[in-house]
Amino acid sequence: MSLATNVTWQSEDLAIETSISPPSGWLDLNLRELWDYRELLYFFVWRDLKVRYKQTAIGALWAILQPFLTMLVFSLFFGRLAHIPSNGLPHSVFYYSALLPWIYFSGALHSATNTMVENQKVITKVYFPRLLLPMAAVTSGLVDLGFGFIVFVGMLVYYGIAPGRAILLLPFFLLLAVLTALGVGLWLSALNAIYRDVRYVVPFLIQFWMFASPVAYPSSLVPERWRWLYGLNPMAGVIEGFRWSLTGTGEPPNAMLALSTAMVLLLLAGGVIYFQKMEGTIADVV
Amino acid sequence: MSEIVIRAENLGKRYRIGERERYLALRDLLARAASAPMRMFARKPSSPNGNHRNGNRPHGDQLHIWALKETSLEIHQGEVVGLIGRNGAGKSTLLKILSRITKPTTGWAKIHGRVGSLLEVGTGFHAELTGSENIYLSGAILGMSKTEIARKFDEIVAFAEIEKFINTPVKHYSSGMYLKLAFSVAAHLEPEILLVDEVLAVGDASFQKKCLGKMGQVSREGRTILFVSHNMAAIKALCSRAVWMKDGTVNTSGRVAEVVDNYLLGTARSACAREWRDPTSAPGNESVRISYIRIVSPEGGAEITIDTGVQIEIGFENFRENINLGCTICVRSSEGIIIFQSGHRITLNNDSRYGFYQVTGRIPGHLLNAGRYSMDMVFGKDQRWVLFHIDSVVSFEVENTGRGSNMSVAPGFIRPLLRWCHSFSEESLLVKQS
Repeated sequence: MSLATNVTWQSEDLAIETSISPPSGWLDLNLRELWDYRELLYFFVWRDLKVRYKQTAIGALWAILQPFLTMLVFSLFFGRLAHIPSNGLPHSVFYYSALLPWIYFSGALHSATNTMVENQKVITKVYFPRLLLPMAAVTSGLVDLGFGFIVFVGMLVYYGIAPGRAILLLPFFLLLAVLTALGVGLWLSALNAIYRDVRYVVPFLIQFWMFASPVAYPSSLVPERWRWLYGLNPMAGVIEGFRWSLTGTGEPPNAMLALSTAMVLLLLAGGVIYFQKMEGTIADVV
Repeated sequence: MSEIVIRAENLGKRYRIGERERYLALRDLLARAASAPMRMFARKPSSPNGNHRNGNRPHGDQLHIWALKETSLEIHQGEVVGLIGRNGAGKSTLLKILSRITKPTTGWAKIHGRVGSLLEVGTGFHAELTGSENIYLSGAILGMSKTEIARKFDEIVAFAEIEKFINTPVKHYSSGMYLKLAFSVAAHLEPEILLVDEVLAVGDASFQKKCLGKMGQVSREGRTILFVSHNMAAIKALCSRAVWMKDGTVNTSGRVAEVVDNYLLGTARSACAREWRDPTSAPGNESVRISYIRIVSPEGGAEITIDTGVQIEIGFENFRENINLGCTICVRSSEGIIIFQSGHRITLNNDSRYGFYQVTGRIPGHLLNAGRYSMDMVFGKDQRWVLFHIDSVVSFEVENTGRGSNMSVAPGFIRPLLRWCHSFSEESLLVKQS
């Protein structure tokens, strides 16, 4: 102790008290702590962005090429060959407006699922709220979405389509997409830490999910009496909403959207609870 | 006495055996579910005599071990505490719980102040990012704020001595440069409480010295430090108090010199031969399992002395076929300093076989000085890949022999028998020249 006696030393930080106890209860979501760690969230997002297109020849152009090329394929097969109705829009606009949120969602879900496993080394060596990792994964995808959006604006100009006031609701649909990816991502990332099967399931899940969402077809094709079931898929509401707010076609917000929103909140709440339950001991199993 | 900053009460941590080693796959769950009805009828054959040392065999069908149990600890502000003990004594588990990486199974702890944990050098480093990007990333993950990192940035770069490569991705760094940068980031962390796990055991000697120096400097600043190490010399130099962990709980705690001496005495008494009859408790993994390690006198005598040298006999089960199997020992002084390392390449043509190998090695006489030594073992593949590694698996004592009439122990780690000779002349050479 002689080493320390020459310093009289009282910092405000000593006021910080950390309690450590066995995993307990249902939900001890510490929002205050999450807020304190906001800078680390920023750094995780920053890392994702920095690393994503390192050592690629065309870099962030990929963010544009992916939706664009998919749009071309869809226009050709679903539009030209299968004659699936497109709300009277040019095929390219019809598909691109849905692919924007869809490609964001599938990418965000995919990377959120892998966060615990990919960051295993950090998780087992240092503490921070684990929630930050899936949060960062769904946030960094938004940048790609932004790039894709620029192309979309160009398309709207080219076809002379002017979005109406409905575009003001776009941030709401975007938020819904983020929360869906986060809600499902929380479940899957925690499960993936324990059962590595999850990573094989996710590509299938995403593929099936796309066909259960109005990406390649308008939701008006779904018979009226099955709409409620369709609305249980949160992405149905999100994509229909994107298309509506960007092009003014399709279905305005209705009961289906309300159902989708409720589902998102349910998924998110469940995801947070499950994730929190796993968080305390995830370093032991991952 | 100053304020208590860490108080732990009855901390315990239970692991399922094997939990750390393999992933759970859904099929395991399915298999478990499918066999559950059978198990109700079939009594487990191992239960009566399968009793483990610490009563680790628990209820139910799953095997658990308590890596940490009933551990209580108080650490005052400004104390530098060394945590010592054998591998598996619970040191790292305790550190992981105190740094909140994992939650305890039982008990609680309260910590006052900002905690920084350094359980590894290079936490959060990303190979694709440049040195300067990694300083920010790793710093943030270790708990520094962006402004704090920006303020210390130049200092960190200077300490690491990598100014020229700061904009090069760290994957192009040499391992030495990487370590220096990583440690430099960690060394500039300024929490009130620092939890450190053996991070000094890396790098070359001069770098280790630099790390130790930095640790000493940090400790003099009045920071509270909990420091795990096998290097007793470092513990003695840095710490004011030592806590000896044994079998998952605190054995003794007190002034550093006493505790370390008792610990060394205790490990030395743990015999020169170790045998494991029960394969479930023997050290090893899916590659090799050690059956016995004996340290004997090569002449079959009772004593190991400086003159006789030391014979090392290792018996182990090998489970890896058709590889180049090797076995290396590392002899340490009682203070944990490595005296030498030596290995035997058992198979050279990728022709290892499944079965029992016995390896004998001999340390010649007139090499090791009198004293206590402990031995680490590494089983490896192709002289590169570690199959299994165990620290201080056995310790032994080399008895002193006199040098002429002098019976005291000579200083130094080795006492080689040098060839001396001399000549004599009555005439002085100096006189002749002048």
